[in-house]
Amino acid sequence: MSTAHDSHDKGVDAATGTPTTGHEWDGIQELNNPLPRWWLWTFYATILWAIGYWVVYPAWPLVSSFTPGLSGWHSRSAVVEQLADLQKLRAVSSAKLANVPLDEIEKNPELLNLARAEGRVAFADNCAPCHGAGGGGAKGFPNLNDDDWLWGGTLEQISATITHGARSGDDEGHQGNMMAFGPILTKAEISDVADYVRSLSGTGPKDLPSVQKGAAVFAANCAACHGEDGKGNQELGSKNLTDGIWLYGGDKATIVQTITNGRGGVMPAWTSRLSPTTIKALTVYVHTLGGGQ
Amino acid sequence: MSTVQTPAKSMTGGELGLILVFAALGFFSVVVAAKAYTPEYAFHAYLFAAASIATVFIIGNRYMDRPAELPPQTIDGKPNYNMLPVKVGTLLALFWGIAGFLIGVIIALQMAFPLLNFDLPWISFGRLRPLHTSAVIFAFGGNVLIASSFYVVQRTSHARLAGYLAPWFVVLGYNFFIVIAGTGYLLGITQGKEYAEPEWYADLWLTIVWVTYFLVFLGTVLKRKEPHIYVANWFYFAFILTIAVLHLGNNAAIPVSVFSPKSYIVWSGVQDAMVQWWYGHNAVGFFLTAGFLALMYYFIPKRAERPVYSYRLSIVHFWALIFLYIWAGPHHLHYTALPDWAQTLGMTFSIILWMPSWGGMINGLMTLSGAWDKLRTDPVIRMMVVAVAFYGMATFEGPMMSVKSVNSLSHYTEWGIGHVHSGALGWVAYISFGAIYCLVPWLWNKREMYSMKAIEWHFWISTLGIVLYISSMWVAGILQGLMWRAYTSLGFLEYSFIETVEAIHPLYVIRAVGGILFLAGALIMAWNVVMTIYRAETVSQPSGVALAPAE
Repeated sequence: MSTAHDSHDKGVDAATGTPTTGHEWDGIQELNNPLPRWWLWTFYATILWAIGYWVVYPAWPLVSSFTPGLSGWHSRSAVVEQLADLQKLRAVSSAKLANVPLDEIEKNPELLNLARAEGRVAFADNCAPCHGAGGGGAKGFPNLNDDDWLWGGTLEQISATITHGARSGDDEGHQGNMMAFGPILTKAEISDVADYVRSLSGTGPKDLPSVQKGAAVFAANCAACHGEDGKGNQELGSKNLTDGIWLYGGDKATIVQTITNGRGGVMPAWTSRLSPTTIKALTVYVHTLGGGQ
Repeated sequence: MSTVQTPAKSMTGGELGLILVFAALGFFSVVVAAKAYTPEYAFHAYLFAAASIATVFIIGNRYMDRPAELPPQTIDGKPNYNMLPVKVGTLLALFWGIAGFLIGVIIALQMAFPLLNFDLPWISFGRLRPLHTSAVIFAFGGNVLIASSFYVVQRTSHARLAGYLAPWFVVLGYNFFIVIAGTGYLLGITQGKEYAEPEWYADLWLTIVWVTYFLVFLGTVLKRKEPHIYVANWFYFAFILTIAVLHLGNNAAIPVSVFSPKSYIVWSGVQDAMVQWWYGHNAVGFFLTAGFLALMYYFIPKRAERPVYSYRLSIVHFWALIFLYIWAGPHHLHYTALPDWAQTLGMTFSIILWMPSWGGMINGLMTLSGAWDKLRTDPVIRMMVVAVAFYGMATFEGPMMSVKSVNSLSHYTEWGIGHVHSGALGWVAYISFGAIYCLVPWLWNKREMYSMKAIEWHFWISTLGIVLYISSMWVAGILQGLMWRAYTSLGFLEYSFIETVEAIHPLYVIRAVGGILFLAGALIMAWNVVMTIYRAETVSQPSGVALAPAE
């Protein structure tokens, strides 16, 4: 190793008897071994395989197109085919669901099972991000397990809400808004009416002086949508304020915030994203979560 | 005593020029900071200003302290190697490595327990993830590559590193880029390109540093006293040159304003995706493969004291590797809007790439022939050989995953993460650890590392960590892939997405444990390096550098 070495004098490595190339850098020499045969042949084989693949599949760009390959394979048509296969697989169950009226499904155990099987995964992939894995809801996102419905809990109403959404930009979607009363009412009035609203469900005390004042504010400003009795109106999506169930929260600060700034949560329209059968299945799934009417 | 006239001391053009340039940059940065659109950008401008002013003072002080003559190229006919930048780069690599592994452990735990995001934007997964990848690839890997290349090119060229201030500009300028990039991620500055997240001003700075790096390396090779260029230096050249091209191509962007950190990439749509993965895949090919093969070609024969197995193989696999790698990027975009023909080329060239990649493995492993006993006796050799074995495994797995039908199962799953880490932990980090264990005693003139036993511990603990990491991610990835595509007999999806996340949760925990073990190994190494520098026995001729004088 440490003998003086002329870089043009090709030596032999003592340990293996292999000739060296005669080069040396910082004590490192190189053996003059040939390319391993198996390595070379495998290299050639991969090149041949690639050439074969290029012949069969789209491969090389040309000026304004590409070599299409003998198989005529195209990823777009391949995915269309796969989707068609899936439709074929689903055809039996889908046809059954597609061809019965919505209100017949729950009466037939087989159809109900089908709908819930499809609805469960469709719900988990599409609805759960907002409404929670079990449909339990979250702040601003309604709980779907209870019987408190903003836009109605019948099959028809649920189906309409899923199909067209709320404030979704869909013309047929629900449009109502909780408007912002910040510019209309004084802070004192908002505080009073918040106390009144809390008293309706027993969330807050009923015997405060502010409740009386708030009742007048409510009648003048809120009753139009929420009703004289505060029980809401599903046509407008106005919340029932007497049931103690809150979408954004029933504490005073949150209610003041809701009245001041308004609310307008969005439920997307699913009509362009899910098939009518899937929406049907989802409707039944949501309807049977516990609160269906 | 001596009547030799000392020449009048004067500044070199480089010293004077750099002082002027940095004074101007410092002034400009203050102006930018004052008018910056966002406080985060102002912070970066102040960092530039502070670094520029510090540089002016450092160059000035250095000039005042130095003798009139610059360091000679040779002393007593032997090259006067410039090893201080290598020492600094090696220690920085160690520091960034531990930082990067630690952030990796944190984000692995965040994946398993999302609560650990603490709802704080600065430490949320989205910001820490690029911090982790950049810290391990560019900060740790980059410093290993720069430091080792400066060492290897001097030793194998038998010449002092080119440039007087330039090597320092490369080492410190590169690490300044890392500080800008890393703090930017935490503050939310990103251009959203994977592995190329830093914004335009950081990219421009890196370009200047990188061109200087190329010139220093080229200048040293041109000064060489050896008739041929050693194979490790070919790989370093391929790495430096190609990274420059990739960096410029993928970061072609137009800033909103010089006072804004935001810029817009000139590429759009699927072309942007293609450029991104041309960059991303070749960052793997030329940074993480070619660069670290250069380490392999120097440190394995040097440590094993054996000749390189086959000169011919090194030539053939080098040219095949650099010719073929550049084509393989589209395999990251299978089944996307990328045209089919581009996907085909990406896949087929990835398959052809298999043997050229393995050429490096064969040359690395077979160099041990005649010295296989060292696997048992020398944990440093063992670490580097295991690195080469992981390299072989990852470069088989890569072509396999590039096959479209395999990719349709593996893509977007944790399998990809497992694959990357068998390359990153097994290959890149292990060959780097091996090189650091060689370099530290050689650089600080020690007989050996302070504790060989600690190296054994490092090896076994981190090997266990790697095995836990990659096997848990393989299982998780295949599980995910199968669950995503599972249909019931009725033709409905069998699992929702959240159920697939639930299923791999235990594997996320195992992965985090693997990461913790790997980090623990690196901490042992850091302790060992510090002890070696301060406590190990000093020798005038450390082992492994017997043929050339110490610095």
